[in-house]
Amino acid sequence: MDMRSHLGRARGLGSAKEGYDHWWGQRLTSIAMVPLSFWFVYSMVGLIGADYETLLAWAGTHGNALMMVLFVMTLFHHLNAGVQVIIEDYVHTEWLKIASLIVVKYGCIALALSCIIAVLRLAFGG
Amino acid sequence: MKAGNRPLSPHLEAYRMLPNMVLSITHRFTGVGLGVGALFLTYWLTAAAYGPEAFARAQSLMGSWFGILCLLGFSGCLFYHLCNGVRHLIWDTGRLLSKEELKFSAFVTVGAAGALTLITWIAGFAMGGG
Repeated sequence: MDMRSHLGRARGLGSAKEGYDHWWGQRLTSIAMVPLSFWFVYSMVGLIGADYETLLAWAGTHGNALMMVLFVMTLFHHLNAGVQVIIEDYVHTEWLKIASLIVVKYGCIALALSCIIAVLRLAFGG
Repeated sequence: MKAGNRPLSPHLEAYRMLPNMVLSITHRFTGVGLGVGALFLTYWLTAAAYGPEAFARAQSLMGSWFGILCLLGFSGCLFYHLCNGVRHLIWDTGRLLSKEELKFSAFVTVGAAGALTLITWIAGFAMGGG
């Protein structure tokens, strides 16, 4: 006798399988990137030709450091999601596809962490 | 993956190029361009954390003709990807999908991206930078 519910048996078997998370994450980061991008462009225009003291004053405020960390986290999550789809579309050799996906995912994590550490060092003056 | 004897869908070249196909592939290209921009941002931020000399080098690189050309490209990519991305989000709700709406929203997307890029650079030069 099968004790599983209809829903439990059907879950993960549709054409989408586990892809829904990826799709939803891409949409969430898209929406977040709209205001974050406008803030980013505004901030970068303000820092054109800035010297080190101006930069430290900018990065030293709580709001700017917070927004920059949020921006970088969202940016690299979104970048990884986008590049993943491009690789899945065009790379059809299985080992090369998997290897590329791993490199891109860890690359995005490393770059995001590098940016976050830089922002925190600037904010805390370390 | 072996195709075997399965029927294949007609290849891309069988279709006449339409504006929406250009906008669609441009969305992907600008996304990749922004990935390169993310590398620039990482270098700039890391240099800033490294110290005043490294930051001054990064600033002068961004202010060189090569840097300005790259930043011009990144800003154009950003605003195109942003505007067309919003168009995608609207499509996800099932709206704006008729033939006329597709054509009209394509014009709005390209126009808005161009205008935002222009405004950004006018503001940039008004800042006394460049």
